[in-house]
Amino acid sequence: MNATTQVDLTQVKPYGDTMNDGMMELAFTLPVPYGEEASEAAKVLVRQMGLDEPSVVYSKDMGGGFTFFVIYGKCQHTVDYTSIKVTKVDVDVMERLECAEYIKENIKRPVILLGASTGTDAHTVGIDAIMNMKGFHGHYGLERYEGIEAINMGSQVPNEVMIAKAIEVNADAILISQTVTQKDIHIQNLTNMVELLEAEGLRDKIILVCGGPRISHEIAQELGYDAGFGSHSYAEHVASFVLTEIVKRGMINRKSL
Amino acid sequence: MAKSKLNLDPKIVDSARSSAGRIAGNVQEFIDRHTTVSTERTILRLLGVDGVDDVETPLPNVIVDQIKDAGVLSRGVAYWIGNAMIKTGLEPQEIAEKVAAGELEITKLEMADVKDAEEKIIPVVMDSLKKIRAQTEKRNEYLATIGEGKRPYLYVIVATGNIYEDVVQAQAAARQGADIIAVIRTTAQSLLDYVPYGPTTEGFGGTYATQENFRIMRKALDEIGEEVGRYIRLCNYSSGMCMPEIAAMGAIERLDVMLNDALYGILFRDINMQRTLVDQYFSRIIIGYCDIIFNSGEDNYLTTDDAYEAAHTVLASQFINEQFAVLANIKEEQMGLGHAFEMDPNTENGFLYELSQAIMAREIFPKAPLKYMPPTKFMTGNIFKGHIQDALFNLISVWSGQSLQLLGMLTEAVHTPHMQDRYLSIENASYIFSNARDLGEEVEFKAGGIIQERAQFVLREADKLLHEIEKEGLFSTIEQGKFGGVKRPRDGGKGLEGVCVKDEYYFNPFIPLMMGGTK
Repeated sequence: MNATTQVDLTQVKPYGDTMNDGMMELAFTLPVPYGEEASEAAKVLVRQMGLDEPSVVYSKDMGGGFTFFVIYGKCQHTVDYTSIKVTKVDVDVMERLECAEYIKENIKRPVILLGASTGTDAHTVGIDAIMNMKGFHGHYGLERYEGIEAINMGSQVPNEVMIAKAIEVNADAILISQTVTQKDIHIQNLTNMVELLEAEGLRDKIILVCGGPRISHEIAQELGYDAGFGSHSYAEHVASFVLTEIVKRGMINRKSL
Repeated sequence: MAKSKLNLDPKIVDSARSSAGRIAGNVQEFIDRHTTVSTERTILRLLGVDGVDDVETPLPNVIVDQIKDAGVLSRGVAYWIGNAMIKTGLEPQEIAEKVAAGELEITKLEMADVKDAEEKIIPVVMDSLKKIRAQTEKRNEYLATIGEGKRPYLYVIVATGNIYEDVVQAQAAARQGADIIAVIRTTAQSLLDYVPYGPTTEGFGGTYATQENFRIMRKALDEIGEEVGRYIRLCNYSSGMCMPEIAAMGAIERLDVMLNDALYGILFRDINMQRTLVDQYFSRIIIGYCDIIFNSGEDNYLTTDDAYEAAHTVLASQFINEQFAVLANIKEEQMGLGHAFEMDPNTENGFLYELSQAIMAREIFPKAPLKYMPPTKFMTGNIFKGHIQDALFNLISVWSGQSLQLLGMLTEAVHTPHMQDRYLSIENASYIFSNARDLGEEVEFKAGGIIQERAQFVLREADKLLHEIEKEGLFSTIEQGKFGGVKRPRDGGKGLEGVCVKDEYYFNPFIPLMMGGTK
């Protein structure tokens, strides 16, 4: 076997069709008029990004002094894969029926989960995917989980209203969905929730989870959440985390909020 | 109905339609007895009242709040303004300014006869209608001179949050081939019980629907339309708590398309159902009068509910939206009933079902400029597959003869569209529309095949649902969660406090004149 087909995990490069060819594809727009100068400018830019032999395979005049490019180049940088660390939600994922079994055996009382898309966010697609009976992509939502009482408050729920509801229903966990992330509005809103819970003295008494296409566990933890769930998360991920956490934190026989 | 390629039974279509007619008719009896704060503010806007007071409260709100606080909104703002005009000799805007300055309480003036108040206000009303008509004529003149794009119209959104940046993006999109520009509204406006004032430069996920923003974008689109030799239509949202007010602004500033749905606000924004149903009536009368195409929001059912299982709820809601539009005197050519391409891409034969449903909508609403919405729910961030999903959507659209094609973006689920995303999506649609232009004329479907049977099934289910709704009443159907799987109580949600029973002398001078198509 040829040695070049072996990957060196301490010096990884993008792969096109040959090990270490570094091939990458880029698509972007420059606010300059279409023409040879535009293509040259794009190549210079891509070279500065660390891609050698940039090749403009396509460019298009988009009108109004804008040009679109598709460019290939060979990446000169490498990455040491062996040194990569990622914070992930650390839990063994249980399927829906296993969750029900887990509640019966370990928690022995209904688990109350309160969810909403909060702040100004009007999108319910995320919270619905996790909570609604039907779920998403063949993964049933929390409403279908035996032993879990799932309350979906919908969209544009102010943080204060959600906290009041959490106290009213004595929620074990608050699940917040954020879809709109323009100008980092979700960060402000998520931070505000933590601050309000802390001010009410509730932060330690409740499990706080957020999710959304731009959310990662790492961001969530930085903001003071217990967990964050990004794309490709389903109800079973959220449920497994919350249920395990209830046991881990000794919340089984907790007092009312 | 022309000969159905889907072998739909015209008797079932008639049965569903007449059932929807009775459903809307029953609600209309409720609507006719009520008015709302937003309906009354709309009358003020149409009478030329605009601007804000020193704490940024719009003047229409200032007046309506004063009347409401005095407990006499049931008489209607038209009476109070007509009366104030008689007693003060001032014009509506001057009256509004005096009220805002705390110099006038219009409910404390001596009360003239209702007939005299109405007579006093009619010239202002006629003048307002004349301005709106001038805008409609201007549109017709553009269509007659520079013309328009072929259907399906390419419909794209701009959503930078800054109206001036939106202009740059909108003009670029028009140069690339777009026919309709929708300016996305900032999140949360739907729940504001007032219309913000002035241009927006810092919105989240969009700009406010304000009269100034409408004006700025209208001007930009007229300019670019003249440049590219094609009338570019402008779309915004006549929805939320200020549904009719925004329709009035749209009429005045010559919007061409407005999102407007009899049920959407109830289901997806938790606005009180009584409030929305009364509001939608006046908004639709305005829309009908000035030739705006309305877009209903049935596509949204399929983002919350399953697109395969809930297809009949879309059709049932289209029938209901159609019948509410009939009651507001809207022509079929203005009924942009909505539906969407939202089936799970893993569904075997999903394309056949989508095609079947799209052709079904076309056959059942033959003259309606149907609004077809792109895949969103199953867009993943895999932009390459997303581009293919959009291509299938485009193919169905040209095949089934849709009218308003909201273009899917390969970056759906990633970010609001970048300039190149919009270019790629326009290129995708233009290619497919041209390459398959007359496909629909060429193809017929196998009798009793998957495509025919799917549409027949959905129609039968919709008819059944409509008859259930008719029996239950629309209010209690919504309470039970039959649309979009969302339950809303009759007295719940936002804005109920803004609903008011009319007294026997109430009048809204615009309704009879607009319904009569006053020239």
